[in-house]
Amino acid sequence: MQPVAITQHTLTTALGAGRDATLAALRAARSGLASKQFLDAGLQGWIGEVDGVDATALPARLHEFDCRNNRLAWLALEQDGFIDAVTKARARWGAERIGVFLGTSTSGLLQTELAYRNRRPDGSLPEGFRYAPTQNTYSVAAFATAAFELLGPSFVVSTACSSSAKVFGNAARMMAAGLIDAAVVGGVDSLCLTTLYGFNSLELLSSDICRPWDAGRRGLSIGEGASFALLERDADAPQGWLLGVGESNDGHHMSTPHPEGAGAIAAMRSALASAGLRPADIDYINLHGTATPSNDAAEDRAVAAVFGTNTPCSSTKGATGHTLGAAGGVEAMISLLALQHGLMPGGLNVQTPDPELRLNYLRANRDAPLRTILSNSFGFGGTNASLVLGAA
Amino acid sequence: MTLAPMFIQGVGLLGPGLPSWPDSQATLRGAAPHQFALTVLPPPPRLPPAERRRAGAVIRLAMAVAEEAIAHAGVDPQTLATVFSSSGGEGSNCHSLCETLASPDPLISPTRFTNSVHNAASGYWHIAVGSRCTSTSLCAYDGSFGAGLIEAATLMHTNAEPLLLVAYDLPYPEPLNSVRPLPDNLGAALVLTPAPTAHSIAELRVEPLPARLAPPVDTCGDASLDALRTGMPAGAALPLLQGLAHGLAGGPRELVLDYLPHLKLRIRLAAPPVPRA
Repeated sequence: MQPVAITQHTLTTALGAGRDATLAALRAARSGLASKQFLDAGLQGWIGEVDGVDATALPARLHEFDCRNNRLAWLALEQDGFIDAVTKARARWGAERIGVFLGTSTSGLLQTELAYRNRRPDGSLPEGFRYAPTQNTYSVAAFATAAFELLGPSFVVSTACSSSAKVFGNAARMMAAGLIDAAVVGGVDSLCLTTLYGFNSLELLSSDICRPWDAGRRGLSIGEGASFALLERDADAPQGWLLGVGESNDGHHMSTPHPEGAGAIAAMRSALASAGLRPADIDYINLHGTATPSNDAAEDRAVAAVFGTNTPCSSTKGATGHTLGAAGGVEAMISLLALQHGLMPGGLNVQTPDPELRLNYLRANRDAPLRTILSNSFGFGGTNASLVLGAA
Repeated sequence: MTLAPMFIQGVGLLGPGLPSWPDSQATLRGAAPHQFALTVLPPPPRLPPAERRRAGAVIRLAMAVAEEAIAHAGVDPQTLATVFSSSGGEGSNCHSLCETLASPDPLISPTRFTNSVHNAASGYWHIAVGSRCTSTSLCAYDGSFGAGLIEAATLMHTNAEPLLLVAYDLPYPEPLNSVRPLPDNLGAALVLTPAPTAHSIAELRVEPLPARLAPPVDTCGDASLDALRTGMPAGAALPLLQGLAHGLAGGPRELVLDYLPHLKLRIRLAAPPVPRA
């Protein structure tokens, strides 16, 4: 594919709001996960809750979108000059030539979960409950489209944990087809009861902090996060490049990866092919690395099949938690920070490396000039997406 | 039009008073009045028994129209990329989860959680047909069919590989029905190819059109059918299906379909060229 310029990007997770806070936490090898409850959910576990979401106020003209997910989106959009960058792009290309493609798994579902606790005596939802701008899966893209007053194509990709990686592909294809000249991509997922109790029901939630690549890993820690990138047809001073996108399906099981990572292998090879690169050209791999026993084992085999076992790699979910539908975007932005600052972030929380896993898994930060990074995102329903990102 | 043309090779349809693609054509042509009758969702025979037991309404609806479209097209589903699009997935499953989560004992069933992901239908489909082809699952609220169609056209333009587009919507029970009223289940599916084949039904071109420049969107004529077009997100496909049901021997048809408030889709249906031997 034709490389696509990334002209601005930002992210907000439990590590902090914006790129500087994220970079500082990565450099300090600090995790944003904490052992606490979300709301009154009686689940023992570690979560990656973003500070300041409740206190974030949406602009008055966007008040109908008010819910945790869109507050988190707005908190992220306010960082790193992202709003200014989109405003400039709109002036340059025109509102009709900019698309909005965002990933989420649960959007503003928390709003509905809370409304069900407060149903009126006749069973109806409390006054003021608004479905379309909060609960509906599209709400976060509707919110961003309205916030930036954009008039191009817009939709949400909701393929569980690969959602906000896949949107880079949607935008790149629409640009290649000439439908748009720029796009706002990324993803937002916020903590809610469905995902906490849901992953708990599947016994995929760790009671301990999540430990990707550890011999004793017991599952994931759920986090929340938001990330946004502005992609443009050309740029004088890009902050990085989208070089390749690969997508595939396992066709194997709804909630368990293919044991040999067959779909993951296809996604990584397709991403390399679309970037016109060989495995040896990749300097670092940001793994999906959820810390479930099955994911890390399958991903280890899949990455080894494509890259061998020398390429440095790590999962950053020990720092951010698994931000689900936001994870692909969050990890693309971490990969861009890594390229810009020559930092391969070490994977946190490993006590005993799993001897069964063979990849060159970094347990401490490593500084080195980086040119290209591959980022993996795999999701429920067997959806796989791999991105290749390049330094400016 | 800037996007490469696509060729429709198979159609699936299931909704109230629209029991299948062949059995709906008289209604779509206006030769018989549309009569609302609740949709009957068949079990998905292709799923392995364990998955079939867990398959909820969303799986049955999406797979029913997908099955009909691939049978009509006579293609191997393992070879098809897929675009699934829905406004909200399975409303009854969402309601049940929210009820449980509001109760003093909020332990939810793993099957209900798995079926709640927006890409559940896609996941089950790719398991059923054993396909590792790329798949996406989209949502644009009332514009979900338009989102699926423009994504399908863009994928076809860039990848030039056959694909299956499935749009489907299901109603919520109360209390969500009051805030998001959807009258029933409705699904539509198209098998699309990048080049004409001996089995092509029509050439389809798609172009986004800013609402400020667009003529009014095409309606269904029949008031009962048009109520599905405006009342169900997947109903936005009905004018396209009407165009196919009428046949294209009399010449191409240009239609404007709903997508977003600010963006419509102009489509052009034409008789497919005879493929070269």
